Amino acid sequence: MPELRYIDAINQAHHEEFARDERVVVLGEDVGRKGGVFGATTGLLDKYGEGRVIDSPLAESSIAGVAIGMAANGLLPIAEFQFADFIHPAFNQIVSEAARMRYRSNNAFGCPVVFRTPYGGAHGTALYHSQSIEAFYAHVPGIKVVVPSTPADAKGLLKAAVRDPDPVMFLEHKRMYRIVKGDVPEGDHVVPIGPAVVRREGTDVSVFAYGWMLYEALGVAEQLAPDGISVEVVDVRTLVPLDKGTILKSVAKTSRALVIYEDNRFCGYGAEIAALIAEEAFYDLDAPVRRLAGPDVPGIPFSKPLEEWFFIDRAKIASAIRALAGL
Amino acid sequence: MPVEVKMPQLGESTYEGTIGKWLKQPGEPVERFEPLVEIITDKVNVEMPAPFGGTLTEILVVEGTTVNVGTPIAMMETASGAAATAAEVPSEKGQAAAAPTAGARAGGPPTPVASGPARQTADGEGERARLSPVVRRLAEEHGLALDEVAGLQGSGTGGRVTKDDVLKYLEQRKGVSARPAAMATVPPRAPAPPGTVVPAPSRPTPAPAAAPAGEGDELVKLTPLRRSIAQRMAQSKREIPHAYGVIEADITTLIRWREAHKEQWRAREGVNITLTAFFIKAAAEAIKVFPMANSVWTEDGILMRKAINIGVGIALDEGLIVAVVKHADQKSLVGVAKDLDGLGRRARDGKLTLDDVQRGTFTITNPGVFGSIWSMPIIVPGQAAILATDAAVKRPVVRGEGIAVRDIMHLGLSFDHRIFDGAVAVQFLNRMKAKLEGFPGGDAALTDF
Repeated sequence: MPELRYIDAINQAHHEEFARDERVVVLGEDVGRKGGVFGATTGLLDKYGEGRVIDSPLAESSIAGVAIGMAANGLLPIAEFQFADFIHPAFNQIVSEAARMRYRSNNAFGCPVVFRTPYGGAHGTALYHSQSIEAFYAHVPGIKVVVPSTPADAKGLLKAAVRDPDPVMFLEHKRMYRIVKGDVPEGDHVVPIGPAVVRREGTDVSVFAYGWMLYEALGVAEQLAPDGISVEVVDVRTLVPLDKGTILKSVAKTSRALVIYEDNRFCGYGAEIAALIAEEAFYDLDAPVRRLAGPDVPGIPFSKPLEEWFFIDRAKIASAIRALAGL
Repeated sequence: MPVEVKMPQLGESTYEGTIGKWLKQPGEPVERFEPLVEIITDKVNVEMPAPFGGTLTEILVVEGTTVNVGTPIAMMETASGAAATAAEVPSEKGQAAAAPTAGARAGGPPTPVASGPARQTADGEGERARLSPVVRRLAEEHGLALDEVAGLQGSGTGGRVTKDDVLKYLEQRKGVSARPAAMATVPPRAPAPPGTVVPAPSRPTPAPAAAPAGEGDELVKLTPLRRSIAQRMAQSKREIPHAYGVIEADITTLIRWREAHKEQWRAREGVNITLTAFFIKAAAEAIKVFPMANSVWTEDGILMRKAINIGVGIALDEGLIVAVVKHADQKSLVGVAKDLDGLGRRARDGKLTLDDVQRGTFTITNPGVFGSIWSMPIIVPGQAAILATDAAVKRPVVRGEGIAVRDIMHLGLSFDHRIFDGAVAVQFLNRMKAKLEGFPGGDAALTDF
């Protein structure tokens, strides 16, 4: 199995889906000639031409709206938003139109659009290039929300998203693109949307995370093992629909739960996981459910020391796990 | 199924209750919430509602007997097993209604429900040792008493008992066959949430080397009220470093004005506007300027009370009781006077409710009515200060170049010196003095005070 970078796995999924089904198209800012600002769509224009690879104007609402119209007319569009920070103008199209299409049409139409966008903070990305937006869309019934944490999942889940009959918000943590590498199965590797996966078995504390936080949590779990702290790390990977069974099973085993998310703490997606555990795993708990999340400030600061203060790094994760484990 | 009825916790500082009168007899059917028994506590008499419906089968504690909170006082037979869970209702209800505790208001830990062992967490956050849900579930599954589990040596954060501790204990217990209580120790008392008044760790211990009774001496049994006063006063003097400040106030104008108008006021308002009402208003105003006087010392810091609820000592034949005028700062003089009138009447009729005597944040005692001219009262535990208003006495005083006969009284403040110092205390008193002396008199209206 070849080792690929996260971004290459996404690019590969595009190429394979384009080859598999000619209804698949991509549109977005710079997706054609440039191959995407991060390179996710590299090579598509040359191979499939302007009919299927469309450089759009700088108008996110139009990208979403056109994609929805394409889907209604039988295409399978992948709409790329250059940064998740810029998706807000498309919120109305995605929430009011895409997410409700099946419900509104009494099951007559779906809306098979993939809304792809890089989210999350990396060094120096500051206010306009680092937001986490998953909670906005996870709140809306009718749209699936997927956050792959490994290259193999990035490929497999993107393929599943393209084939899904309903809209999927596909979030890629931009920090992972060129740092995270992993084995990616060749050929038609599809990872079903829905199931979470236990990435590391443990007995003392369960950590629930996704995206970059999952990657960091795995690193911390490795660091803590020599100290006798056995951390179970669960990759949530599909935020909607949520795999409750895997989460509850893990809590039943460890009796202690830590939920990590990079977004602001208040009303962040992890609060939903914490609430689920409190409601359905109460009698398994040996300690209060804890959340480790970004501070409630309007954005990631550009200033270096403040950025460090904002980011959830391995030291913060380690100290949260130690506190919860009581060790 | 048979279920126990327990002596409820009826107030924040009660730890025992006396059975006054059984309102139902064994064999009688009882509906849920129907008055079952009259209970006399330190402060008030209440009718305890039946915690569940069924039949009263046995009375375990006879009338006139005093037992600790939590002691079974009767047995009932209920129709369904569902009632078993309702057994906890009375104490919870009692607490909810009676003790919106300081802890809850301050964001502190809730009032202890079960007496788990008290431990400090590493970060200094005063966390009461809790039994986690999974520990409780394991205890239930293995038939362990919660007290037994709480007494285990905990390995978790702050010494808490964890799931692993219980599993290990079960394992060990299996090893040493059937001696379940071997490892259990008596849990120490839970700490009080900041600001709440709790009884001393144990009943007041008998005085060491008590004076031997001589011929003709008579031992007077302690009433619950006497015992409560004794315990609280001793606790206060033991724990709070008292300091005192006293100033004189010339209330001649105020007295004359009151004398001139009091009949007219009474006719109009239906209550007597007493000097105490003026003192309460003046104190509430001074508290606004010196809020430290309306606080309580806790180990985590000084808890500043938002509400200004002023307790007023009411002398009864059996002893002193403090009734509370709630939100005194938000009430008019007439409003305060009406509250006082109602509290006084209920106190004399033995009809004070729990709410009447709780949540005080500052206290005024009025020994002046008995003629005292200089008093140094003891602070009510859970407060920062107590004001004594002494008798106004006609005295010759120097006014300008002459000597005048004026009504002079002492205002004395006992305060917790941990919280603030003499400078604040005397400024507080001066603020009151200015209010009381600055009144114009004449035809001024009540609302002008």
